[in-house]
Amino acid sequence: MIKEPEVSLDLALQHGLSEEEFAKIINILGRTPNFTELGIFSVMWSEHCSYKNSIKVLKTLPRTGSRLLVGAGEENAGLVDIGDGLAVAFKIESHNHPSAVEPYQGAATGVGGILRDIFTMGARPIAALNSLRFGTLSDNRTKYLFEGVVAGIGDYGNCFGVPTVGGEVYFDDCYKGNPLVNAMAVGLVKHNETASAIATGAGNPVLIVGSSTGRDGIHGATFASEEISEKSEAKRPSVQVGDPFTEKLLLEATLEVIKAGYLIGIQDMGAAGISCSTTEMSAKGESGMSINLDKVPVREQGMTAYEILLSESQERMLCVVKKGFEDKVKAIFDKWDLNCEIIGEVTNDKNLKIYYQGELKADITPFDCVLGGGAPVYERETKVPGYFSVTRNFDFDSLKVQENIRDTFLKVFSSHNIVSKKWVYEQYDSMVRTNTVTGPGCDSAVVYIKDTNKALALKTDCNSRYVYLNPLKGGMIAVAESARNIVCSGGLPLAVTNCLNFGNPYKPEIYYQFSEAVRGMGEACIALDTPVTGGNVSFYNESPDSAVYPTPVIGMLGLIEDLSHITTSFFKENGDLIYVIGEDKEEIGGSEFLKVIHGLVKGDSPDINMETEKKLQSFLLNSIKKKLIKSAHDISEGGVITAIAECCIINRENQIGANVVIPASNREDFSLFSETQSRVVVSIDPKDQKDFEEFALLNGVKITKAGVTGGEILIVNGKYQFTLDELDKIYFETISKIMEN
Amino acid sequence: MNPKFGVVVFPGSNCDHDAYYSLKKNLGFDTQFLWHKNHSINNSDVIILPGGFSYGDYLRSGAIAKLSPLMNEVREFAEKGGIVIGICNGFQILCESNLLPGALIKNKSLKFVCKDVYVKVTNESKVFSSGVKGEVFKIPIAHGEGNYFIEENGLNELKQNSQILFQYCDKNGNITEASNPNGSVENIAGIMSKKGNVLGMMPHPERVCSDILGNSSGKFIFNSIKFYLKNI
Repeated sequence: MIKEPEVSLDLALQHGLSEEEFAKIINILGRTPNFTELGIFSVMWSEHCSYKNSIKVLKTLPRTGSRLLVGAGEENAGLVDIGDGLAVAFKIESHNHPSAVEPYQGAATGVGGILRDIFTMGARPIAALNSLRFGTLSDNRTKYLFEGVVAGIGDYGNCFGVPTVGGEVYFDDCYKGNPLVNAMAVGLVKHNETASAIATGAGNPVLIVGSSTGRDGIHGATFASEEISEKSEAKRPSVQVGDPFTEKLLLEATLEVIKAGYLIGIQDMGAAGISCSTTEMSAKGESGMSINLDKVPVREQGMTAYEILLSESQERMLCVVKKGFEDKVKAIFDKWDLNCEIIGEVTNDKNLKIYYQGELKADITPFDCVLGGGAPVYERETKVPGYFSVTRNFDFDSLKVQENIRDTFLKVFSSHNIVSKKWVYEQYDSMVRTNTVTGPGCDSAVVYIKDTNKALALKTDCNSRYVYLNPLKGGMIAVAESARNIVCSGGLPLAVTNCLNFGNPYKPEIYYQFSEAVRGMGEACIALDTPVTGGNVSFYNESPDSAVYPTPVIGMLGLIEDLSHITTSFFKENGDLIYVIGEDKEEIGGSEFLKVIHGLVKGDSPDINMETEKKLQSFLLNSIKKKLIKSAHDISEGGVITAIAECCIINRENQIGANVVIPASNREDFSLFSETQSRVVVSIDPKDQKDFEEFALLNGVKITKAGVTGGEILIVNGKYQFTLDELDKIYFETISKIMEN
Repeated sequence: MNPKFGVVVFPGSNCDHDAYYSLKKNLGFDTQFLWHKNHSINNSDVIILPGGFSYGDYLRSGAIAKLSPLMNEVREFAEKGGIVIGICNGFQILCESNLLPGALIKNKSLKFVCKDVYVKVTNESKVFSSGVKGEVFKIPIAHGEGNYFIEENGLNELKQNSQILFQYCDKNGNITEASNPNGSVENIAGIMSKKGNVLGMMPHPERVCSDILGNSSGKFIFNSIKFYLKNI
């Protein structure tokens, strides 16, 4: 047996703990921790598990609402009532650091982890989404990361059998060394079949189920809590390896056990493995546990207690079951050919005692390890970013007026941030489970709830350039735009999960971005009555070059209360009238136009007024319910001209031209590409014109008739013509051409 | 008689629920799940081997599933003329089990592909395609290994016996290279056994049996089976 290292301050520092934190541990225990205990504390107090630098700020978010069945952070995922005795569990999580060094497995295990968070709630996953950000595709390593991440997400979800129904992909140099891979999962559960991550009842057995434990992923949580550097490549062994087949078996067995009623509590083993699940479940149940690691099925010889406790081997769960029902539970896992071993029992002394090879290897109080208990909580220093003085003082009048609007548009429309991500989503099974009404490529994904008349609308969204230029407004816009997308599909926005990707929180300018963005999100969530149900914070998204743009990704859940409300983005028939709802303010700051045509990320983010936004959303949703709307598409990157072009071609089975006039108040090139918020392009049947206009007037919403659908070309302002064929080629083939060469 | 459908559940099947729901709720057939470890098809009239990733498909798609206990009964049932449909992974299992000729190899693109495609019914099967020969249906595919391969003699035999039931085509029914999504020999999307009672196909008809999802074009196969069983 290898002799364990002597615990010292140096060793604690190597484990990522601070001097202050090491002193705190000694104080809590009344002695120096042994090596195993140091390992447990170091992962439990890592940023990834403890949220020590974010929790104070997160607690300012609105986290209650009449539809929420569990509070934010209380369980593995949020749980929202959708009526009919059904609830939706949903959550988004990052897997950025692993994906930066091992894109395929990093992304795959990200999907695996978030799926387990959903089915440990008792919910069957019915949809997956994601939000991905990479450097630009001119770089070969970026292409490798992009290809690997997409394949990893696809292979895991496809094999597991969850449809990947939507997502977003952005490319910007700031993500070159540190891509962002955020995975979201959505599950459905009956109210009376939910499960909780809790350990109670002295004497109840504790079981480990699923895969065997190996040496993979040790200190994954710690790795996720530091910046990416040249040394990161050496951390490749910290990345776990996914096995979606075992996960699928684990899903079926877990749901069967929950349904049978034998379960007290269950938790996924993600970050920090057995350490995290035993401490968190005990702390939540105000219990203790006695665990014997000799019983843990291992896949390698000679593992130490430290290694078994910190392993992040995937596809494992910790279950507490009712005493006397162990055999029945084992029989279910047996049926699915999965390990199921009793490794200990719940105790009532509030201590976690871990034994291995006849020795007591750890003796700690779970409460001391966890978030909300003894884990440290910090509020970091903030400082207004210095770059604001440059970005905010940009003079837009200095930009040369674009003479050739046709060419300018084709350039903007070819931007990799705008064109279709067909190359990506065709690698995902978007239809399995036969609920997908609207798959990837529209404003939001629409997933049918079988045996009801309802559907869910789902969306992930964030424009990080806006957040970079104005964290407060950018945070608000991320929420507002997600909700707008839900409404465009005919849904009522219900609740939010978020994945907050930022740089190093110890840098005051980064912490300013973080706290302001969260404040903005909170304000928008309150205005739209969409509480935050949980999510994930990922700090340290920095590479030697720079920090990523602050990227608070929103995952939005919406409810479509009647299937007849389902609306899609694209034009439906010739001769329909096209309207723009909302009012343009010719805002070019942070726009795709500014970046693509002028190579600049300058100015302020577009303005956002939540009262205007609310009014727009309620008017649009009511118009949809009144059957006045045939198509609805949010105006975002690339402005109104891009939105209209997309409406023409998104449905490749029936592309329809349009003839539109977009009035400019100051400059034509600004009005066409402006990204002013709270705007939507709709098409309506001419017979409904009067009703629609009157309804807008009644609601005090500004609408502008832009033109008519029809023909095989898009004509803008009477002068600029685009054939549907040329638009189709650019939109659907740009990315595949790059990736297939 | 109302036919009784049995949907086999292998570990890793993930279109089993879809097939069950479509048959039972959308088409109104008597439908049951059949657990792969059992040795009974429980009086099923039609057996569905559903899509998914049986045993993770880590070795070769379908290579382990063919050894599942229930496959003995499925083989016996098929040899006696029982109706068996393998969809996607089910098609792969049928080829591995030698209930159908040929093999399904990695897509030409080397990537998984999920999208709607068009298939043409290129032969009349009184079991599976009664009255729809020559018609074109829009049906989705979702697979990484759907590239049908068979050597020349085998292909000739398939042709001579009119065993090729579905071929990938464009919207207008033209069987072109551009409409071949995975590199399959002669755009083959589905074939039958010599006796015509076993069908393997890569497209997913069970995914398109609901107007709510906007496409019911997969129903014809199951309705054809019902019609056939009623009239024998």
